[in-house]
Amino acid sequence: MTDAALRYALLGRLDAHALPFVRAWENPNLSEIIGAAAGAMVVIGAVVLVALLTWMRWWRPLFLDWLTSLDHKKIGIMYIVIAGVMLSRALIEAVLMRAQQSLAVNAPGIVAPEHFAQLFSTHGTIMIFFMAMPFLTGLINYVVPLQIGARDVAFPLLNSISLMLTAGGAGLVMISLAIGEFSTGGWSGYPPYTERAFQPGVGPDYWIWAITLSSLGTTLSGLNFAATIYKKRCPGMYLTRMPLFCWTALCTSILMIFAMPPLTLATALLALDRYLGFHFFTNDLGGNMMNYVNLFWLFGHPEVYILILPAFGVFSEVISAFSSKELYGYKSLIIATMAIAVLSFTVWLHHFFTMGQSANVNAFFGVATMTIAVPTGVKVYDWIWTMFRGELRFTPPMLFSVAFIMTFVLGGITGVMLAIPPIDFVVHNSVFLVAHFHNVLIPGLLYGMIAGYQYWFPKAFGFRLSEGWGKVSFGCWVVGFYLAFMPLYVLGLGGMARRTQSILDPDFQPWLTVAVIGAFILLAGLVTLFVQLVVSVRDREQNRVPVGDPWDGRGLEWSIPAPPPEYNFATIPTVHRLDAFYWFKADGRAYKPAATYTDIVVPKNSWVGPIVGGAGAVCAFGLVWHIGWMSLSGFALAWLAVIARSFVRDTHRTIPAAEVKAREESWLALAARTRPVPRQLEESSANLGLAEPYPAEVAA
Amino acid sequence: MSGSTQAHIGLHLDSPDQSPPEDAELGIYGFWIFLMSDAVLFALLFAIYGTQLAATAGAPGPAAEFKLGPALTETVILLTSSLTYGLSGIALKYDRTRTTLVLWLGVTLLLGLAFLGFELHDFATMFGDGATPDRSGFLSAFFALVPTHGLHVAAGCIWIVVMLIQIGVHGTDARVKLDLLRLGLFWHFLDIIWIAIFSIVYLQGTLG
Repeated sequence: MTDAALRYALLGRLDAHALPFVRAWENPNLSEIIGAAAGAMVVIGAVVLVALLTWMRWWRPLFLDWLTSLDHKKIGIMYIVIAGVMLSRALIEAVLMRAQQSLAVNAPGIVAPEHFAQLFSTHGTIMIFFMAMPFLTGLINYVVPLQIGARDVAFPLLNSISLMLTAGGAGLVMISLAIGEFSTGGWSGYPPYTERAFQPGVGPDYWIWAITLSSLGTTLSGLNFAATIYKKRCPGMYLTRMPLFCWTALCTSILMIFAMPPLTLATALLALDRYLGFHFFTNDLGGNMMNYVNLFWLFGHPEVYILILPAFGVFSEVISAFSSKELYGYKSLIIATMAIAVLSFTVWLHHFFTMGQSANVNAFFGVATMTIAVPTGVKVYDWIWTMFRGELRFTPPMLFSVAFIMTFVLGGITGVMLAIPPIDFVVHNSVFLVAHFHNVLIPGLLYGMIAGYQYWFPKAFGFRLSEGWGKVSFGCWVVGFYLAFMPLYVLGLGGMARRTQSILDPDFQPWLTVAVIGAFILLAGLVTLFVQLVVSVRDREQNRVPVGDPWDGRGLEWSIPAPPPEYNFATIPTVHRLDAFYWFKADGRAYKPAATYTDIVVPKNSWVGPIVGGAGAVCAFGLVWHIGWMSLSGFALAWLAVIARSFVRDTHRTIPAAEVKAREESWLALAARTRPVPRQLEESSANLGLAEPYPAEVAA
Repeated sequence: MSGSTQAHIGLHLDSPDQSPPEDAELGIYGFWIFLMSDAVLFALLFAIYGTQLAATAGAPGPAAEFKLGPALTETVILLTSSLTYGLSGIALKYDRTRTTLVLWLGVTLLLGLAFLGFELHDFATMFGDGATPDRSGFLSAFFALVPTHGLHVAAGCIWIVVMLIQIGVHGTDARVKLDLLRLGLFWHFLDIIWIAIFSIVYLQGTLG
């Protein structure tokens, strides 16, 4: 065997030039140095993390209490941690891109074209697959079982595997910063540009396998949530008594089950093209790239509603709670949610009106797209009517919700504009489109996720987040959004193409300058969110809400201590109507001991999730670099772990009734001696998580 | 029997069960959802195949490569394996000795392996004719659709082996029964997919 062959067998395509530091050393221009600095941040971040874990002796708790845990609450929190980390990276990339464009008007700017293309590819990929998806999956994981009165999701181990596959994909994207490069083909990875003929390097392979890991995890999550919501509801929790967040979670899960396979298939077929010389999407020998575009958007459009529906659910919960009113038009909201979910499968073609269909086909999909505005409009009116004559409290989650309603309507209107094929032909591929989808996704997804995080945080950790910092952050997110994206509408109408590294028209300069200022304010919004977290952890003793109902909540999740016990409910509740906990409080049935307590069976921790996720990531890394032994062993290890697990019978442990009873009684005693807080004082340290009842409103 | 013990979808297993019946119901229900997602995957592979039928790019096409005889043999073998799997389910319910259960599972496994053998032989013949997937869009689509089904059958065979070992280790406890029910759904699902492959790929290719 020659040296070269041996080297290839052992290391595949890996060599020193895979490291951005080597590239920057050999070719020290600003763009390479920025790339090397980003790679260095990953390496230094990893080293600091390892050092911190060792220094604080956190390795054991990290693995034994968290990574191996099958508790849906911990899994939900870990999902949101992933989302926070990835959001930070992708937002910094966004600022870098805005900075580049503002500096690149008839000038080279700071990043080279190739580097810029990697930036918009990773920014989009991360924001969709590794920020938005983990964030909403995390919230659903945490909240849905609590809202439907369940002790866990339907398949706790599968839940852990989903989390770890997603984490593996996110890890792969991070590794691509330090080893190799990322795709330059955008988040949608259109062939033939992403085929081997045009991008022979590892970039598209990183993209393919990161997406594949994530989409497998998401499919399994969707399956899990759907089974949970259909089969694990507590007695009396009919589908039409579920909090609206559960409905949106259900619709999102159904979309995941049906919409993720097209993505998995699209990336798998692209991989066959790249690795084995198949001809699905190539230019020659019968390849047809339109198949990819159709597959991708068969996933991609339902994906938009996978992202937005849970946020709609959060807004419904938040607006109802902070208006102190039952959700207006609950049934119409359910119907609207379902209608959006179904219609989302009928509009995918509007992503490529310009790619050669007949005018009649375009017209059909244009009309179908506009139809979605109808149920969405119903929702907007329902939220407004919920606030009407309510007792409004403008806490940070509520502020985000109100800002969402107004901002999202603007994004929706530009969406209807884009749904008209002749208009789409004009502004297609311009930054008008970029402005549009940020205008729906930032309010319609990110505001919702942040609102949900702030709303349920006291439930998860037992203390409130600082409202002051929350409002500062809110101000940054709103002002920053308008400054960063409204100019893009103007620029798009003025003809500025998206994804351009250099700008030739000096008239664009003022708008680009405003946009980069907006991007920095958005970054400040993120930083203040972290400041809020740190300040709140520091001041946690003053802000504890141990009784568990800081916002005079309406759903079952507020009827248990904060943080909730591992088993969630000491006794499974029986509900009789919508807003179950609100009516428990009104009827004087809340905070009452059960007649009897029984033993509770909970799943034991398992290493299978981390092993499958880790082995999956190893397999993917091997595939990216063509290291056969590594991908085969990763693949085999993942499946062996699953098969070995199927032989294990000792998978549960029992929490004795006496322990459940003791914990429940001490919490009830705490509730009995706690002073209730009126709603007006809920943002003060007088809020101990017991809401003062408002008997007058019950009659209304 | 009360309604609750029969609440789960699939074969009702009339014997004392360690796990409460709602666990079985949930486990089966989740697997149905998985199959639904898998069905979407196959549906898309069929759609791709349909769009690529004419994209032969000068390489061998359906008329030259597909032989109805071997495809029919494979069909008969796979359908018979579904019958024998069904018989294993009846053995699971009525036979307390486990011998017939293991026997029928073994027969199913052999039929599955025979199917794979015939299928691989088909592929080898096609490769011999120069009909390889890197020749044309049509052959790419064929070698994505049919081997994906084949990989599922191979996974099913491995699953049967795992279940045979589990029966040896654990007997037929509640978990083994549940997994046998799920494996059965999987196996019959592959039959349905094969019927579609036989009709759309082989019948259309040879007769159409």
